[in-house]
Amino acid sequence: MAAETKTGTFVDEICTIPGGESIKLCIQCGTCTASCPNANKMDHTPSELIAMARAGMKKEVLSSNAMWYCLSCYMCTVRCPRGIHQTSLMHAFESLSIKEGLVHTKTVTPTMYRLFNHFCNLGVLPELWFMTRFYLATNPLRAWRMIPTAFALLKHGRLSIRSRKLSPSGSSQLKAILKKSESLGGGI
Amino acid sequence: MKYYTYFPGCSCSSEGGARAYDWSTRAVSKVLDFELKELYDWNCCGSTPSGSVDELGAFCLATRDLALAEKAGLDMVTPCSACYVIFNRTNEYLKQYPRLKEQVDESLAAGELKYNGTVRVRHTLDIIINDIGYEAIKEKVKKPLEGLKIAPYYGCQVVRPGFGFDHPEDPQSLEKLIASIGGEATRFSLKTRCCGGSLIISEEDIALDLTHKLLESASSNGADCIVTVCPLCQTNLDAYQSHVNKKFKTDYRLPVFFFTQLMGLAFGIPENELGIKKGIVSAKKVLAKYV
Repeated sequence: MAAETKTGTFVDEICTIPGGESIKLCIQCGTCTASCPNANKMDHTPSELIAMARAGMKKEVLSSNAMWYCLSCYMCTVRCPRGIHQTSLMHAFESLSIKEGLVHTKTVTPTMYRLFNHFCNLGVLPELWFMTRFYLATNPLRAWRMIPTAFALLKHGRLSIRSRKLSPSGSSQLKAILKKSESLGGGI
Repeated sequence: MKYYTYFPGCSCSSEGGARAYDWSTRAVSKVLDFELKELYDWNCCGSTPSGSVDELGAFCLATRDLALAEKAGLDMVTPCSACYVIFNRTNEYLKQYPRLKEQVDESLAAGELKYNGTVRVRHTLDIIINDIGYEAIKEKVKKPLEGLKIAPYYGCQVVRPGFGFDHPEDPQSLEKLIASIGGEATRFSLKTRCCGGSLIISEEDIALDLTHKLLESASSNGADCIVTVCPLCQTNLDAYQSHVNKKFKTDYRLPVFFFTQLMGLAFGIPENELGIKKGIVSAKKVLAKYV
């Protein structure tokens, strides 16, 4: 009985996320796993993750590395015979995992996504500063190794030191919108 | 003359890494007689990562742009496959999930904006093949790319999850486009397989495996170059080609173009207006006959 309550809770939570409700349709055919270019890198395959979520294994699902290897290539989504939004489920697992503080410790992808989101919320993604900050925060040695690539991009006029800015009114409008969204349950 | 609202996205903005895609798109639009009016004061669409960390915030980011675009009443066109998916998904989800719409509406109201859900968002490839058409393109060709073997690479998000204009796994529009500018599309069995996407930043080894497979597939089918429709695919295949060569002890030298760059060349537009030299892998040898 206790297990049933637990199952209900986690699946219900997933169902409140747009696209998440389709989890109930899964027949465990494995098409998503067979279609995933990164399934071999995951500790649990996409179809396993669905089965685990439906069994109420919230902690195990949200601390998995699987969703962080999702490329959002949508191959699983277009092939699923039950019309499950598998990619949306992966995104939902990602955001729930951050919210619950269960992020897998061996991947730096969550750090990258959070930093990406930080810049998006300012209105524009400045590629140079995003990459620099990410490498310095996660692996300074890699920042060092990336110098030739960065130099090649700079030489070909593909990295800008200056970044695009929104107008002052556009910027405060965006800020007001995101502040409101945070008060409604958005934000990190 | 056809008119569109234009959303370049961060990569194709004047400060972005794929500005050559923006230049060539605009250059081609002049020849094909359609006008792209850039959306004023647009913000980043949020791309995939934002939705993975803050779903509601990400929908708000995309909806602000849609609300700004709605005022002009035109279709909004973007050359970026990621922006294309984000906006279409936002449109779809706002219609499908009333609670989400309510929250997004309330957030937008804090910025004195309102979105009614009427903006149709399209990829540049879609408008070029469907609104302009292959015949009109053929008519403008001055220097056909005869003998140039081009691997047509779609990547993922222009065709998946699928917002309508081509098959999600075996699309044909690039092949037909290449034929209409006189080039030869090679077989390319991995044409809709993922390039590694943004994992090239956080999980380079994993992403390079995928990029490597694409380069191998293109090369073994005899391609001289690869054509893409997405800024991130172009970056992974081009700027990281030397990383693939180092990791897998290969020697690929395949220039990676945006489809608008090759169209521009066929239309006789000078290469500096198309940003051909912005490619990291030099195109000099491959294009010697055509520029």
